[in-house]
Amino acid sequence: MGKFLAGRLASILPTLFFVTLLIFGLQQLLPGDPAMVLAGEDQDPNVIAHLRQKMHLDQPLPLQYVHWISGVLHGDLGESLRIQKPVTELILEKLPVTAQLASMAILIALAIGVPAGVISAVKKGTAWDYAANVFALWGLSTPNFWLGILMILLFAVQLGWLPASGYISPFEDLKGNLAAMIMPAFVLGNAFAAVLMRHTRSAMLQVLSSDYVRTARAKGLSERVVILKHALRNALTPVITLGALGFGELLGGTVLTESVFSIPGFGKLIVDAVFNRDYAVVQGVVLITATTYIVLNLLADLAYFIVNPRMRG
Amino acid sequence: MKLRALAFALMLGSSFAGNAQTLRIGLAEDPDVLDPTLARTFVGRIVFSALCDKLFDLDEKLNIVPMLATSHQWSGDNKTLTLKLRQGVTFHDGEKFDAAAVKFNLERHKNMAGSNRRGELAPVAGVDVIDAQTVRINLTAPFAPLMAVLTDRAGMMVSPKAAAAAGEKFGANPVCSGPYKFVERVAQDRMVLERYAGYWNKAAINFERITYLPIVDATVRLANLRSGQLDFIERLAPSDVPGLKGDARFKIAKIVEIGYQGITINVAKSDQAQKNPLGKDARVREAFELSLDRDGIVQVAMDGEADKGNQWIAPVNRYYGKSAPIPKRDIPKARKLLAEAGVSNPSFTLMTPTTSDAQRIAQVVQAMAKEAGFDVKIQSTEFATTLNLADKGQFEAYVLAWSGRADPDGNLHSQLSCGGPTNYSGFCSKEVDALITETRVNLDPAKRAAAYDKIAALIQKDRPIVYLYHRHWLWAYSSKLSGFRTAPDGMVRVQGLKMN
Repeated sequence: MGKFLAGRLASILPTLFFVTLLIFGLQQLLPGDPAMVLAGEDQDPNVIAHLRQKMHLDQPLPLQYVHWISGVLHGDLGESLRIQKPVTELILEKLPVTAQLASMAILIALAIGVPAGVISAVKKGTAWDYAANVFALWGLSTPNFWLGILMILLFAVQLGWLPASGYISPFEDLKGNLAAMIMPAFVLGNAFAAVLMRHTRSAMLQVLSSDYVRTARAKGLSERVVILKHALRNALTPVITLGALGFGELLGGTVLTESVFSIPGFGKLIVDAVFNRDYAVVQGVVLITATTYIVLNLLADLAYFIVNPRMRG
Repeated sequence: MKLRALAFALMLGSSFAGNAQTLRIGLAEDPDVLDPTLARTFVGRIVFSALCDKLFDLDEKLNIVPMLATSHQWSGDNKTLTLKLRQGVTFHDGEKFDAAAVKFNLERHKNMAGSNRRGELAPVAGVDVIDAQTVRINLTAPFAPLMAVLTDRAGMMVSPKAAAAAGEKFGANPVCSGPYKFVERVAQDRMVLERYAGYWNKAAINFERITYLPIVDATVRLANLRSGQLDFIERLAPSDVPGLKGDARFKIAKIVEIGYQGITINVAKSDQAQKNPLGKDARVREAFELSLDRDGIVQVAMDGEADKGNQWIAPVNRYYGKSAPIPKRDIPKARKLLAEAGVSNPSFTLMTPTTSDAQRIAQVVQAMAKEAGFDVKIQSTEFATTLNLADKGQFEAYVLAWSGRADPDGNLHSQLSCGGPTNYSGFCSKEVDALITETRVNLDPAKRAAAYDKIAALIQKDRPIVYLYHRHWLWAYSSKLSGFRTAPDGMVRVQGLKMN
C-alpha cells in the first residue's frame, strides 16, 4: 500500500506541471483581446494600453507564463482586473459554496441512485426494474436549466415555499441556506442519480451472477445479507470512482444550475471570467479545479483499498 | 424524493421573507469595479446612482438639473465653466465636499492610470478653486457636451481622503457622497448599501438599506419579483410584459433608451470593405436599408418594446435630424438600385454576437433583405471575439448596440468621426467631422440642432451604420413601491422611492 501510495503521489507533480502548461496554452487560443474586452464600451486606447501592461500582455508568452507560475508557487494567483479582487480571495469565497452544492447533490444522487440500482438489479425484469430505468432515462435526458426553471416556477412562484434563487451563507442562517440550496442540489443530484443507478445496476448484475454469491446463498445466508454484505460491497468499487469523479465534475460543471439559481459559485465565476477574458481568474479557477480532480482521483484509489481486500495484496 | 423535498421545504417555512426596511433590486449583470474613474459597465452606473452623487443629474426629458452643483455659468468665450457648489454636503467618511474636492476628483479622472474618464474630459485643461463653494473648469476649447458628461461617472465625486489612502484599490470600498454608503460586496452575489445619515437630501430617502442582486437570467429575475424576494427588477424581458400587465401586484415602467441598436457596415475599416458590394457601393447600402421593415424588426426582435429609428438618437430626442426621416420599406426601389449598381444578388456576411436579440435581428434582417435579392450569411460569434474582429476590420456587417450617452455627441463622435475609438465602419468624412466639431464648440441648442440635422442627412447618404431601433428600458416592481422616476439613461434613482 505504501509503495502504491508513493507512486501515485509522485505522479501528481508532473501532472500538475502539464496542467499549468495546458491551462496557459489553451487560454492563448481563446479568440479576442482581453484588454479590449475589459476596456468596456468606450474602447479608450489609453485604457487598453494600460490594461495590456497590467496583464503583462505586452511581454512574450514564455515570460507571461513564468510570471504567472512564479506567482502561483508563492500562493499568489493574481488579481481579477474586472472587479479588482485577488483571485485567491475569489476562489476562497466561491469554492465552499460550490463544494456544499456538489456535496448535497452527491448525497441526493447516492440516496436515489444506489438503492434504485440495487433494486432494479435484484428485481431484474420486473416492474421495479422498468420503473427505475424510466427514472434513469428521465434524469439523463432532462436538461438542468429547464428542470431548474420549472422547479422555481412551482416551489417559489406558485407555492412560495422556497426562495426562487440566491445564496445565504450557512453561518449566517442555516435554514435559509438549506432552503436556497435544496432546489439546485436536487436538480444536479437528479441527473447524477441516473448515472449512478445505471452503473450500480450493471455492477450488481455482474456480481450477483458470480460464484461467491452462489456460495453465499448455498450457505443458507439470508437474501438481505447476500445482497447488502456480499454483493453490494463489491459492486460499489466502480460506483465510488464514479462518485469521486462526479464530485470533481460537479465542482467545475455546475455552471448552468448556478446561473439559473444565481448561486455565486465556482461555475459562474469561471464562465463570467471566460466571457470577460479575465485571464487571472480563468487560470486560477481551472488550476484549482484540476488539482481537486487529481486529489479526488487519489482518494478514490485509496477507497478501493478499503472496500476491496483483493487490492491490498 | 420530490415529496421529501416538499416536506423539507414546508418545515423550513418562510425564513427568507424580506425586510420592509430594505429595498431589494435585481440587476441583469454583475457590475465591474465600483470606482467611478475606472468603471466601464452600464450596470455599475445603476449602483452608483445610490452610492455617488454627481455634479449634475438628468430628468425624464434629458434636461440637465442641479445635484452637487447648484448653479453654473459659462464664460463669454465658452472656455470656462464656473460652478457654485451645494453647501453642507459631506462624504460618507465625514469629510467635507467643497471646491478642493471637485478639483481633486476631476484631476483624478484625468490623470489616474487606466482612467476611463480621460476621453470624456479631454478638453478640460485645468480646474481652479475660486473659494470653498466655487470652482472653475478651464477648457482648451468650448465643449458643449461637458455638462452632460458631468451627469455621469465623470461628474461623480469621491472622498479625496479615502481615494488618496486606497489608491488603485478604492473600488473595493468606495466612499462617495450619495444617499447610501457602501457596506459589502460579494462578487456575483450581492452588493449591500446602507443609508447615509449625513446625506444632504435625507428627506427623500425612505429605505434603511439597498441590496443589489445580480440575476442574469430574465426569467429567474422575474420569478424572484413574483415570489416576493425582490421589490424591483431592471431590464424586464419584453416577452414578459403581457404576462405581468394583468397582475395587480406589480407595476411596469418604461421609457425610450438613449442608446441605439444598428448594423455597422465596414465601408473603409480595412481592404475587406472594397471586396464586397455592400462596403463598396453606397447604392447597395441604400438598397439594403430599403429592404428592411423596421416595424417588423421591432416586433420580432423586441416584441414591440422599442421605437424604430434611423439615427444615433431616437426620434423623440430634441436633436433628432428631421430632414432625414426614417425611410419606408421599398422593395422595387431597392431592386432598381441594385440593378444600377450592377449587382442584382449581392452577398455579404452579417456578424452578430450570440445574445438572443442580436440573433433575432440577424434572422429577420436576413429574411427581409432576401426579398430584395440580398444573400445575407449570418456569422454568430461570441461578443469578445466580434469586438476583436470589428477592431481589425475583419467583417462586412456587424449587429452592434451602443448603450448611449446623455448628449448626442456621446453616440456619434467616437463612432463616426475619422479614427474614433469605436469607429468600426472606418467611415471618415471631413465634412461630417467639421460639423461634429461645430456641435461640440457651439453651446446654443438651436445651432447644435441645425448641425446635427446636416450630419443626419450626410450619414443617410453614406450609411456606414444602418440604425434600426431604440429599446425601451423596462422596469417591473411591486405595486406597493411608489416614487420611481423613469429616465432615458436607464438608471434607478433611489431618491423618493418609498414602500407603502
